[in-house]
Order: sequence, then C-alpha cells, then structure tokens
Amino acid sequence: MTKKLTFSKAINEAITLAMNKDNDVILIGEDVAGGAEVDHLQDQEAWGGVMGVTQGIVEKFGRNRVIDTPIAEAGYIGASVTAAATGLRPIAELMFNDFIGSCLDEVMNQGAKLRYMFGGKARVPLTIRTMHGAGYRAAAQHSQSLYALFTHIPGLKVVVPSTPYDAKGLLLSSIFDDDPVIFFEDKTLYTMKGEVDEGFYTIPIGKADIKRKGKDLTIVAIGKQVHTALKAANQLSKKGYEAEIVDPRSLSPLDEDTILDSVAKTGRLIIVDEAYPRCNVATDISAMVVDKGFDYLDAPIKMITAPHSPVPFSPSLEDLYLPNPEKIMAAFAEMIGDNSIASK
Amino acid sequence: MGTSKSILASLTSEKAKWMYRKMVEIREFEEMVHDIFAKGELPGFVHLYAGEEAVAVGVCAHLTDQDSITSTHRGHGHCIAKGCDLDGMMAEIYGKSTGLCKGKGGSMHIADIEKGMLGANGIVGGGFPLAVGAGLTAKVKKTDHVAVCFFGDGANNHGTFHEGINMAAIWNLPVIFVAENNGYGEASTFEYASSCTNIADRAAGYNIPGEIVDGKDLLAVYEAAERAVKRARNGEGPTLIECKTYRDYGHFEGDAQTYKNDKEKVEQRDHNDCIKRFKDYALANNLATKEDLDAIEDSVKKAIEHSVKFGEESPLPDASELTKDVYVSYE
Repeated sequence: MTKKLTFSKAINEAITLAMNKDNDVILIGEDVAGGAEVDHLQDQEAWGGVMGVTQGIVEKFGRNRVIDTPIAEAGYIGASVTAAATGLRPIAELMFNDFIGSCLDEVMNQGAKLRYMFGGKARVPLTIRTMHGAGYRAAAQHSQSLYALFTHIPGLKVVVPSTPYDAKGLLLSSIFDDDPVIFFEDKTLYTMKGEVDEGFYTIPIGKADIKRKGKDLTIVAIGKQVHTALKAANQLSKKGYEAEIVDPRSLSPLDEDTILDSVAKTGRLIIVDEAYPRCNVATDISAMVVDKGFDYLDAPIKMITAPHSPVPFSPSLEDLYLPNPEKIMAAFAEMIGDNSIASK
Repeated sequence: MGTSKSILASLTSEKAKWMYRKMVEIREFEEMVHDIFAKGELPGFVHLYAGEEAVAVGVCAHLTDQDSITSTHRGHGHCIAKGCDLDGMMAEIYGKSTGLCKGKGGSMHIADIEKGMLGANGIVGGGFPLAVGAGLTAKVKKTDHVAVCFFGDGANNHGTFHEGINMAAIWNLPVIFVAENNGYGEASTFEYASSCTNIADRAAGYNIPGEIVDGKDLLAVYEAAERAVKRARNGEGPTLIECKTYRDYGHFEGDAQTYKNDKEKVEQRDHNDCIKRFKDYALANNLATKEDLDAIEDSVKKAIEHSVKFGEESPLPDASELTKDVYVSYE
C-alpha cells in the first residue's frame, strides 16, 4: 500500500515510526517542539521545528523524548554524540547545515572519531538531520549545501534524499544505523509530494537509485538536482537522446558500481551538484569514474555546479547561481558537438 | 520610570529629537516591511525589531561613525540607529542593486562598514567575537573608538558569548555587550533556555560590570550606555548591559507566535510602548513640542514611503555581480 505524502510529512512519519519502535530514540534540537515550559502549551508544541517538520511528535512522545535545546549547537550536538555512545539513539536537528560552523568539532573530532580512537569499543548511533539548499532566498548563511564537508570525514555517513519515498526509508535506515549519519533535507523539497509506502520500511544506505533509464548519457544528480536532471532528460528525449539519471542517495558510502555500470552503458557523464565547485561531490565522483571507468568514457565528464561564490540573496542572482535544465542541455550539446540541443 | 535628573540635565533638546526620530524611523520601517512582506513582495526571511527601538537608539546615541556595532538577524533597528541609509536598506531587503550590499546580503546581512555597522548576522551568537575584534583594533591602534555587540537572549547560551566576553575582559577591551532580552529565543522562553535569572548576572563570572535596565525606557538605556561607553573610551574595559524588552512581532514574519500569551502581547504593545513612553517624557519635560514631534513623524513617514518606492523601482543586480566581490584580488 502506498499513499501520497509531502517530503516533510514523510520525514515526520519516519521519526514517529522510529520513536514508536524504540524507546531509546529521542529527538533533540532548537525548537523541535518549541514552547517548552510555556503554561498554555504543556505537551503541545509551538512550532514543531522552524519549518514545522516535527509537528505533532511531542504530543505523541512527550518532552522527555522530544527535547528543545538552547541555541547552543556545540552543546547539544556534542551531547548527542555521547548520548548515542552511552545508550540512546538520538535524532539531533541542526536547523540549517550552515550552523555546522558552530559545532564542527563535535561532529568532526568527536562523533566521527570516537569508534576508531577507542579501538572499536564505541558505537555512535546518532542521526543529525539538517536543512540545506539554495533557492529559498535565505542568503549566504542559510542556503549552502555542505555535504561534501562531511563526506570528506571518515567515520560519518552522508545521506541526501531527493523524494519523499527515499526520505522516509533512508531516515529510518539512518536512525537505526549504528554509525553517525548526517541526513540532509533540502528546504525547497519539503512541500513536494510523492508516493510513500505505508508503515515501516528501510532503504539501504549506500545504494544508488536509477531515477530514469537511458542509453545516451548518464546524469548523476544530488538531492533536489535530481529533479533538475529529470526536466533536462525530458527535453533531451524530445531531441532523441535518452538520459539515465542516477541518484546516489548516499554520498558516504558511495555506490560506485551503479554509477560505473551506467557510464559503461552510455559512455557520457554529467554530474549535477549545487554545492560549491571546488572539492565537492561532483569532483569526487568525476575522479572516481576517471580512475575506475576511463575506458567507458566517449567524452570528457561535465560538472554542473554553483560558481565559486557564496549564495547571493537577490532572487535574480540566486536563480543564476543554481544549476538548471538549460545548463545541463548546454553541457550535453558541447559534449556531443550538437548546438541545436542547447538552443532548444 | 526611573529617569534621573542628571540625565535631563545632560540631554539636549536636539538629542532628544534625534532619538525620537530614530525610534520612529525604526518603527515605521518595520511596520512597512511587515506589510509588504505580508503582500508577498519581499523574498526570504525577515525578523522585525519593532518594540525594541529604545535599545538600539539609546545605545547608538553615544556612538560615532568610527565606533563599531555588531548586530543580529533582527538587525534593521541597529542599522537605522547607527545611521544607515533608509533607501539603501529597503533596496537591500528587496534584493536590488542599489541596496547597501548590492542586493547580495538581504535582510539578515545588511551592513555598512563606513557607518561602523559590521553587519546583521544570520548566525546566533555570531557577533560576540566580531565585536571583540573591533575592540582589539581600537586597543592596538590606541584610538578611543568603542565596539558594541547587540545580541538577543537566545545568544547568551551560545559558546561565543562566553568566549567573547572573557577575552574582552582579560584584554580590557572597549566593548559594550548589550543584551536585548525580549523573553524569547526563537520559540523558547528565556527562563527555559537560560540557567541564570538575568543575563547581567553572568558578568560577575568575567569580572566585568553587569547592569540591568528597563529596555522599554529609552532614557534608562541612554544613561546606562553613556556610563559604559565612557568607561570603554577611558580604557576601563567592557560592560554588559541587559535591556529587558519585548518584540512586538514573531521570531520571523510568518511565525504564529503560539508560545506567547495574548495578555502580554496587548500589555506590551498598548501599555509599555517605548516610543509612547519617551514621547510623554519629552513633552512633559519640554524637550520637544508636540509640533516638533508631529513634524518628525510626518517627515519619517515620507522617508519610509520614499524608501519603498526606491526599493521597488531599483534594478535587480546585473548577472556579472554573481561572482564579483568574492575576493579582493581577483574575480
């Protein structure tokens, strides 16, 4: 049985299912309920998170398991690391991934390294949910996509879902994973609706999904850029080219085989990553394909990314900043030497 | 209202009128932003300062363009009190090329270095070390400039609060930390999120003076800030001033504010308004006539209307701006 849910509700449902299944699962973060100790609210929330993603959860599970924190990211992210190591299974919400600036040590030097430094004697079953993505007119400190930063660090898993179905199944896998997982939620996807299975299900972390089959071109796209790629693929199809779209879904671990198999079939690769262009996931995948699949390639790999600049506030500049179907079309046109594609 | 005679003696009519004008500018600006945001004409997030005007104005009344301030995501009031151009601010909020930051920063990042306004800030707690840095410059270069860090009660639990104030104290820097305790950090109450009864109590931990004032009383803020700025300019080090205040709007525009109770909202807006309180005081003490204040109100209304027209009609940034100003040395 399936039903239509928004991306936001799919995440809410996953958290609810996890908290029902296991009393060790807690939800902690800034105003994840909101209005703690306000007389007229009791176990009702004020917000259910700044974007309302966790609405209704405190009513079901109470404030002992749904914990509002002070605005103190180093404090509560750090505490979540050892809460995880000492018997809980926390879901910590870092409101915007940009705020990692305030708690990078707790993630990078503590959470990611405990197990290794302790000779395998610790487990850190922590999930950090965090918002990312440009397009919301939220300016330079609330719009970044910083998943490459975490992908770089050994000991962390990194998940970036693109649909409600994937978000629910991957979040459940993340919560019940015994390693720390950084779970990225694109704020512009929250209202997107999609088919989601009823009840509890998981999607394995580290398994890519082919969102569209095709024989002429492989597009690896991350997060909401999967939808940009799908739009481009539809337009390319009208021109007689079928693009295959690979959604890695998790960046660490990365499903190299699915990407390589697709490139082996198509001979061409475009990677769409809205993050900054240097040392990002696109460059990482590109290097991997050159290393392991050079003979499959009929053309140089193209990467569609943001420019090397902070995210601008002005809508006119932010629209230029992001990848779009036209940029993908133009890259493909260049790749095969057919300008009629780019000009539509 | 706890206003001492000595203040009346030192407060000129000219200063009183300037402060009234600045408070009304902030209020009218914020009411206008509230209205145009509600119509869907503004992109992004906005956080309004209405209700807290006495804090920004009472403090900035003692500052020059050479003094620095750091601000918060709720920064419009600090910008106006520090002398930022209204047209440039409104255009910035519209994301236009004529904005103070060429449309690249937006509401949460309005800045004007020439006015000593080191930026609104999207990061809670971001301002403490930044104000300390400006104070360090003043000390190393032996100027008499001061730096003011405006911050909300939500930020007083952030690590940067403690690191910043401690450094300002050990280096005896000319920094004034001004807490705007409006009772709520986002949707959480101050009482829930903070272990202290007053933010000013925390000053004792750093061996600096901590003072609590009624943040709705412009003159109480003015007086406390005067002492703190004087201490800083004289090389006597930092001060923490906690202003007890209230924000009339939500954390951000669109916030349903279910964590507030209706009684306090009405009480604060209708019976404890900082602008009304100062207006009554100024009239009663002959600092201004009713005609003076009416004229200020009229003039401000026109200025705000002008800023909106300017913001609306200004062009969007050129595409070439996208990657400009990332570095000084190359584009």
